[in-house]
Amino acid sequence: MFSRTAFSAFRPISRPSALNAVRAPAFTLPSVLHARLLSSETKAAIDKAVASAPVVLFMKGTPETPQCGFSRASIQILGLQGVDPKKFVAFNVLEDPELRQGVKEYSDWPTIPQLYLDKEFVGGCDILMSMHQNGELAKMLEEKGVLVAADQ
Amino acid sequence: MADTSGVTAELLQKKLEDELEAKTVKIEDLSGGCGQAFQAVIVSDKFAGKTLLARHRLVNAVLKEEIPKIHAWTPKCYTTEQYEALGE
Repeated sequence: MFSRTAFSAFRPISRPSALNAVRAPAFTLPSVLHARLLSSETKAAIDKAVASAPVVLFMKGTPETPQCGFSRASIQILGLQGVDPKKFVAFNVLEDPELRQGVKEYSDWPTIPQLYLDKEFVGGCDILMSMHQNGELAKMLEEKGVLVAADQ
Repeated sequence: MADTSGVTAELLQKKLEDELEAKTVKIEDLSGGCGQAFQAVIVSDKFAGKTLLARHRLVNAVLKEEIPKIHAWTPKCYTTEQYEALGE
């Protein structure tokens, strides 16, 4: 499956640490705040995350230790398809509440996991599963050149 | 933490039937009562000519308030034609 190097945390590639102090109090409030608008900092950080590799998965947990069945299934599908770990990055939304909420607004998609291919939103677990079963995913990944070469 | 999400299969069903003009909506509550896990089969001709992603987005829009409260939401979206082809 995916090596450790395939995983990178959201925080290191996000923004100046000074921001942490400012945003910390907001997350002690209840989740009613779901409706708040995506800040430009968060949007920029997610832009960067989405562009960090050809295949990007926002998931709960890590590829090695998924924290949710849907995230696990998505990782397994990408593994079965033979996605090249060097072209893959996963972001653990459980590590960052801002990412967890922000990515839902960013993608206009209410659930995690979320798959991006060449910065384009592909879908969540159900879509991934359907595309895996009907062959569309294999075709798409092949076309984007993100699979491990057959002779390796 | 609330014990239940407040979301019921009936509520989801009604919204989908009303707003998507869905001919068939089968919702299965897999949550064991907490309202956190639902599986759905949705048949609507509004899905015709739309990609799977666009279909899911339609459903997400209708259930904008409910989906964030559900942990496990598994919709399957078919047109009438596709659904009949499944042999049901």
